[in-house]
Amino acid sequence: MYLTIEGIEKSFSHQEKGQIKVLDNINLEVEKGQFVSIVGPSGCGKSTLLYLIAGLEHADKGEIHIEGKKVTSAGPDRVVVFQDDGLFPWLTVMDNVTYGLLLKKIPKKEAELKAREMLKMMHLGNYIDSYPHQLSGGMKQRVAIARALVMEPEVLLMDEPFAALDEQTRMVLHKELIEIWKKTKVTIFFITHNIREAVLLSEKIIVFATRPGKIKATFTSTRMKDGFTPNDSTLFLEKQILEVLQEEIEKVLKEEMGDDYNFKTDNLHRDSSDNLGSHI
Amino acid sequence: MFPSFLEVMKTLISGIISGQILTAIGASLSRLLIGFTIASVLGLFLGYLIWRYKLVEDTLGFLITALQSIPSIVWFPLAIIWFGMNNMAILFIVTIGATWTITVSATSGFKNVPRLYQNVAKTLGSSGTHFLRTVIFPSSVPQLISGLRIAWAFAWRALMAGELLGAGGGLGQLLEAGRSLGQMDLVISVMIIIGIIGTVMDNFVFLRLESKVQKKWGLS
Repeated sequence: MYLTIEGIEKSFSHQEKGQIKVLDNINLEVEKGQFVSIVGPSGCGKSTLLYLIAGLEHADKGEIHIEGKKVTSAGPDRVVVFQDDGLFPWLTVMDNVTYGLLLKKIPKKEAELKAREMLKMMHLGNYIDSYPHQLSGGMKQRVAIARALVMEPEVLLMDEPFAALDEQTRMVLHKELIEIWKKTKVTIFFITHNIREAVLLSEKIIVFATRPGKIKATFTSTRMKDGFTPNDSTLFLEKQILEVLQEEIEKVLKEEMGDDYNFKTDNLHRDSSDNLGSHI
Repeated sequence: MFPSFLEVMKTLISGIISGQILTAIGASLSRLLIGFTIASVLGLFLGYLIWRYKLVEDTLGFLITALQSIPSIVWFPLAIIWFGMNNMAILFIVTIGATWTITVSATSGFKNVPRLYQNVAKTLGSSGTHFLRTVIFPSSVPQLISGLRIAWAFAWRALMAGELLGAGGGLGQLLEAGRSLGQMDLVISVMIIIGIIGTVMDNFVFLRLESKVQKKWGLS
């Protein structure tokens, strides 16, 4: 196996409630070049797992290996695309994209050539010398993806990368991400709370249970040649995932709103056909 | 004892033409620049130490907040004893007037670097001085500039007070000369010059820089 996650446990200390376990005994295996999504209600620890793989946090128990190497700290072989673009506002688009390349001791000329190519692929050829504050939200996220991809990472970690974008931009970026994934065959680890997004993009979907976060179910989707899962099977899969998730969502809502919350009266399925999962 | 407007204008123009006022401006500004540069370097260094080491924050950090509340002219008697009644004494109070403010704003600037930028840089492989130079420092530039602006105002006031009491051929000394000669037109001319320099620096240099940086950093 390419990426293995073994027996991961992680707790955070909370001022009032003491130690809170966010991840409990997570075991996961990912093949090289696979597109894996994790869905789950907010606060289930899915982002924490991503931070652990990135090496930005340390697990209390368990180990993460990539190609047999143990993950101990952050490194350029596991680049993260965050929910907010995180572009450095004091650097131009070009300098943002070459930031990591220059750290890899790649000559400046070569780095700029690579960055230019990647930016063209992301349709940003005209904005190479712009500053981030001159770009729209979708463009900034594109630059952030370009900055990550240009590093040619072993694993691309994406932490709800499209959550802050509008629907149209998101749709376009979905297509582009699939294109890039097919071209580069990079292993993608994708965190989202949007079931449709997960089903649309990934080969393997992992549903997280909450408090403590653990793997509740795993689904695999079949793909068409164009990289997208066909409509009839996505709908079926979405329904299955939602059923699994329902219990978790109820748990979160009960905790937030008190025990008088009743799932039956506030039925989640009412608008499920057009707004699936985006409200969890 | 109040001169007419025309008289003041005459003195002002002839003072500028004869070079008397210009020399004084030159002397004052070069002194300010030196003091301010030392204060910036010192303030950034102290700010770094406070940000980096908890122990320094608990000790020096608290002391600096206390020191900041002492008007810098209060240091003048000490400065005279240490350096004598000369340029060094004035330079000392100018520096000390700006240092603490820059230290405080540098500390808060470094502390408020968004976690996101730090995470991005770390996952791209940055660490150590590279991390400091390319993330921590540029990210705190907006706060540093606001700090420099306030520090400049403090330094400017300290400079005038120091020159008035001390010597060194600056604008402050020219004021004192005007007073001892009973030349109120000269005193008011110098006051006008002081006001103009203060306004230009604050509005045209620092404010403009501040708004430009804030826009670029996406803060406004």
